[in-house]
Amino acid sequence: MRVALAVSTVLSIACFFTRAPAHSQDSTAPLDVMQIAPGVFVHFGTIAPMTRKNEGAIANVSFVMGDKYVAIIDTGGSVQEGKKLLAAVRARTSKPIRYVINTHMHPDHVFGNAAFAQIGATFIGHKNLPGAMATHGSYYRKSLRPSMGESLIANVKIISPTELVSDALEIDLGNRMLALRAWPTAHTDNDLTVLDRTSGTLFTGDLLFVRHIPVLDGSLLGWLKDLDELARIPARQAVPGHGPLVTHWPEGLADERRYLNRLAADIRAMIKRGVPIAEAAKEAGGSERDRWQLFDAYNARNATAAFAELEWE
Amino acid sequence: MKSLIVIGKCSHAICAAAVAFAMLGIGTRTGAAASHDRWLDLAEQIFKNRPLSDGTRLIALEMPYRAEDAAVVPLTVRATLPASDPRHLTGLTIVIDQNPSPVAAVFTFGSKANVNAISTRVRVNSYTDVHAVAELSDGKLYVVKTFVKAAGGCSAPAIKDAGEAKKNLGEMRFREFASKPAVSRLHQAQIMIRHPNNSGLQMDQVTHLYIPAFFVADLKVWQGDDLIMAMSGGISISENPSIRFTYVPTGAAPFRAQAIDTEKHVFKGEWPATQSAM
Ligand SMILES: [Zn+2]
Repeated sequence: MRVALAVSTVLSIACFFTRAPAHSQDSTAPLDVMQIAPGVFVHFGTIAPMTRKNEGAIANVSFVMGDKYVAIIDTGGSVQEGKKLLAAVRARTSKPIRYVINTHMHPDHVFGNAAFAQIGATFIGHKNLPGAMATHGSYYRKSLRPSMGESLIANVKIISPTELVSDALEIDLGNRMLALRAWPTAHTDNDLTVLDRTSGTLFTGDLLFVRHIPVLDGSLLGWLKDLDELARIPARQAVPGHGPLVTHWPEGLADERRYLNRLAADIRAMIKRGVPIAEAAKEAGGSERDRWQLFDAYNARNATAAFAELEWE
Repeated sequence: MKSLIVIGKCSHAICAAAVAFAMLGIGTRTGAAASHDRWLDLAEQIFKNRPLSDGTRLIALEMPYRAEDAAVVPLTVRATLPASDPRHLTGLTIVIDQNPSPVAAVFTFGSKANVNAISTRVRVNSYTDVHAVAELSDGKLYVVKTFVKAAGGCSAPAIKDAGEAKKNLGEMRFREFASKPAVSRLHQAQIMIRHPNNSGLQMDQVTHLYIPAFFVADLKVWQGDDLIMAMSGGISISENPSIRFTYVPTGAAPFRAQAIDTEKHVFKGEWPATQSAM
């Protein structure tokens, strides 16, 4: 079905990649990645909305190399970014990319999937991810078209994981085990984390935002609960979904926890006072404004969702 | 109002037809002229041949211009009649023009309750005009409109896990808000009911099948034997419907509420009046 639906130019580019990787590097400049541990590479996205100019490259995307295989952790916000990520892998190793892991449904993390569709990799995600992609995929394409432009959106294909994680899964890259864990509803209802046991690097997906205001698209109370559980993971460092590398763990969770607790406390107090949802959305969390980037883009939305959740406590 | 009957008895078959009709409408028209035509068509269907007068100075419709969360868009309608005007609200219809089933809710108000403001939360599926059509005690209809930028509200999947939703289905809460009798004899209260209010456009995350429309079709609130308000709801009312309203207390009698959903579940609640009637 994927092939049948594919735009012919996309398909030919993708085939070109698999047949002639050496040439593909000429046409696509590799994504700028940083090695944060031996065999662990991360592209740190810019903290901004997805646009034509940044090619949707706003989330952190990573890859991990074992003795035999490579695993990709999130593919970026456009097929273009995904291709550049693939080029970054190919610039460092010719080992096969065995796994593509999506940490959750959001477009900045999965819109690059199509760049990896033709290389025989297994796509892995939370058990709720296929359904979430099915319901949200076309909506994301439509709503991002104005800011990203038709050319970046046209070749995006919604590629669902075929290997699903309902609780935990270990994958072997050859002397390198990745521990995948599916989480109860928090940032979304399909959050997945990846722990590289060799380097102690935890890839949190959007369960952790650093500097970029956390975005609530699941459950505030669920998220706070998951944070307590996340903190127990014995990681040495963490790659958040957005923002710089966290070198102090679990202390690096503190800012996000403070924001979510502030939002919960403000909204609980407003519900108690009888403040209507529309006014609460304008005020709750206001004391956090100066501590986060993109605050005005997401705080009111977070407050609206949190209000609808907390008034049933 | 004839439309009230149609909405109240909206069977799955009728909803599907309405969805198909709406899709056709969206697919064949674009631009400002088309949205104007759409409202003319809707007005004719919903209100038959009753004239709609401009309600600009009589009622106000408040919604955010840009919806933060398309599945939970706050909406308030209030009467802004001058104190010297003897008329009051007797009914209210909310129409979200571009939604698959545009009539979001039809309210009727008890004759003694004097409801003059009502707030709820709706789903908004695309950039759309929203119309509020109020019926005043002179028997005439008055319309105001606003524009909302939002998208995807009707198809946003239900987040809560199904087991929990089933367990809590129909749980009701009623809340009176502290009033300021010196300022107004109007009191304010809120009725909430736990219900997924499935729009029929949401997909089951496991089976990938569309969840059939399943929503609160009818909700009534009384104080004693006097009706305060009745709502016939459609699929555009957000999950866990919440309605906040002003009213004039009719005494110290307890409040009662009854809700009926599209699967004929009946939910009831009763709460003592906690604030003295002035
Ligand atoms: Zn996200």
